[in-house]
Amino acid sequence: MGAAAAAPSRRLAGQWRRSLLFRVGATTLLIGLGTVALLGAYVNAQIRDGLVETRVDRILQQSAQDASTAQDDIDASPAENTNDLQQLVDDVTDKLRVLGGDDRKLVLLQSPSNNTGVPITTGGNPELVNIISEDMQASVAAGTPQSWQFVPMPDGTPAVVVGSNLDIRNAGPHELYFFYPLQAEQQTLSLIQRVLGLGAGMLVALVVFMTWWVTNQAVRPVRDAARVASRLAEGRLSERMKVRGNDEMATLARTFNEMAESLQRQITRMEELSRLQRRFVSDVSHELRTPLTTVRMASDVLYDARSDFSPEVARSAELLSGQLDRFETLLADLLEISRIDAGAARLEFEEISIADVVRDEAEAMGHPARNVGVELRLWVADGEHIASMDRPRVGRIIRNLLSNAVEHAQGHPVDIGVESNGRAVAVVVRDYGIGLTQQQADRVFDRFWRADAARARTMGGTGLGLSIAREDARLHGGKLEAWGRPGEGASFRLLLPRTSRGLGQDAPLQIVLRESEFESLGPRRVLEAHPDPEYTESTS
Amino acid sequence: MTARILVVDDDPAVAEMIGIVLRADGFETEFCDHGDKALAIFRETHPDVVLLDLMLPGRSGIDICRDIRAESGVPIIMLTAKSDTVDVVLGLESGADDYVPKPFKPRELIARVRARLRRNDSAAPSVVRIGDLEIDVTGHRVTRAGEVIQLTPLEFDVLVTLARSPGQVFTREVLLEDVWGYRHAADTRLVNVHIQRLRAKIERDPENPEIVVTVRGVGYKAGGVSS
Repeated sequence: MGAAAAAPSRRLAGQWRRSLLFRVGATTLLIGLGTVALLGAYVNAQIRDGLVETRVDRILQQSAQDASTAQDDIDASPAENTNDLQQLVDDVTDKLRVLGGDDRKLVLLQSPSNNTGVPITTGGNPELVNIISEDMQASVAAGTPQSWQFVPMPDGTPAVVVGSNLDIRNAGPHELYFFYPLQAEQQTLSLIQRVLGLGAGMLVALVVFMTWWVTNQAVRPVRDAARVASRLAEGRLSERMKVRGNDEMATLARTFNEMAESLQRQITRMEELSRLQRRFVSDVSHELRTPLTTVRMASDVLYDARSDFSPEVARSAELLSGQLDRFETLLADLLEISRIDAGAARLEFEEISIADVVRDEAEAMGHPARNVGVELRLWVADGEHIASMDRPRVGRIIRNLLSNAVEHAQGHPVDIGVESNGRAVAVVVRDYGIGLTQQQADRVFDRFWRADAARARTMGGTGLGLSIAREDARLHGGKLEAWGRPGEGASFRLLLPRTSRGLGQDAPLQIVLRESEFESLGPRRVLEAHPDPEYTESTS
Repeated sequence: MTARILVVDDDPAVAEMIGIVLRADGFETEFCDHGDKALAIFRETHPDVVLLDLMLPGRSGIDICRDIRAESGVPIIMLTAKSDTVDVVLGLESGADDYVPKPFKPRELIARVRARLRRNDSAAPSVVRIGDLEIDVTGHRVTRAGEVIQLTPLEFDVLVTLARSPGQVFTREVLLEDVWGYRHAADTRLVNVHIQRLRAKIERDPENPEIVVTVRGVGYKAGGVSS
């Protein structure tokens, strides 16, 4: 029940927040209803009081007159004994009935103070006797000339009861009550109420409708503007508002269109510039490759033959070869970045276990890592870690994370954790080396950014690796995040969605894990040393 | 017998350098620097392997690839200056067996060439059956109900590799190592494209393959269709 009621009320609350029209309409309705109700109640009370007051005046006048007539009749009668007195009372009540008409009822009671003991049947209707209150009786008994009161009749109609004393000779003091039903007044009043209610309803409806209409007039251009703005935001830059007339709304539309025009011009120019620039970078990269191919091969021929040369020439061949590797990697990274920037990157998705990818890359990285005294430790949680991914790209992400970690590990081990949940797979690469400050962690994915500008790159990174890794993660609909603390190391977490449904709310692994937390993740996987490290380098 | 390599590349420096490297490894070399002349020179020289640059004056590398494939199963290795997915896949689909992205190291090039020259030298049984196919390994022939199916040497190698271990699942990486001779993870698209080409030739319904079956998330295996 509560839930069923909550849904519409939530919907109303939503409407209230979203729609100006709804808000204004609802407010007007509430204020209109409130005002009309107050006004109606006041008018109603005034009319009722007026009606009843006149009637009560007439009733009091008539009952006073009838009561004194009855008293005069009794006083003038010579009746002494019980029978005569009974006859007298019957005559008087009959006369009063005739005087008062059909509507008026009357009741004759013995006063509580009557101790004459003369039994006279007064013929009061017991239902009517019941509605005479004690206050009323007391007031009559006290001798108040005309006590009166509003009472409901047994059938529910409101009535006025008027009481007076009647002294019946030997039978002693009696009380005479007249009942005047106010049926006619009641009917008049309800007719007036109905008319008033109808008028109020129409008035409120009219006010609400007018408000709605006027607000709509004012809100419609705003809605139009919002719709056009959202289309602009979607990239449909040629979308414009219609300009009607010459009023404030037309000014809004014109100004809006001018803004859109200027935006479109700027964006088109930027797009053109950016396209040219990307094209240039891409062309340069391609054009460089042909001569580089020759240089590469020539350098390798020299390098392979270096034992035949003098030491200086041999060393030169070595340097040439080594720096060519670096140059090539840089070129490849530049080309990749320009391709991603141009939105030309295409992904070929396969269902693969990320644990396998991580193991392959960790094994390939094992040899260079051992060369700088860094141990790679792979921890894989139980279960399968299959996700839909582009194998080469994900491999490259992991490779970049590993080489970055090894480079900054300062001889400490590097822990690699793999875990997954229903929506996502996660890889955390954690080193315990020099670490990063929070500011550095924010900038670590920037292109060509170095934590320490003076420090050389020992692992031959290009400064684009992490940028590309983050772009690759993004292309998968995943995330790559960094954490670091100076002296405690750095941690990178890669999250990839398992399917196109996205990552979901909860990530499988924390960004930062302590050493012991890796151990609790699952059994440590043994990495096989790759037999031919040189070949590994040449294909990576 | 020394293998003869046809190098189709319009950049004289690159071509000459490739020539130096190949000859140093004991290959014989032929050269072609224009797309329009490539097919004529191919017919004239009968090379054992073709190294084909994709961007050529005149006829493009992709077209030349199709021309050669139309009349010969000779191994073709593309030399690509662009490593964009589209170009590589287009090249592979037009019949190239393998590709080497520029710039490459001489050793890498030699390794690729040697892998393509290597034949499935067989100590294993010379006739293998898979499904309703009969594979004559030594004779390099595949027949279905006596009818010969034409396969390129590379496609033949893929089929034989799978057929020799029926039911065993081969990952793309293993296939790359066994068939292409890559000793470390490389471009698995090579495998995907060639498996598709192979299926187009040997499967009754390439959409629902029965002989070369995909194992989701792992790789491929030879299916056990009994004839």
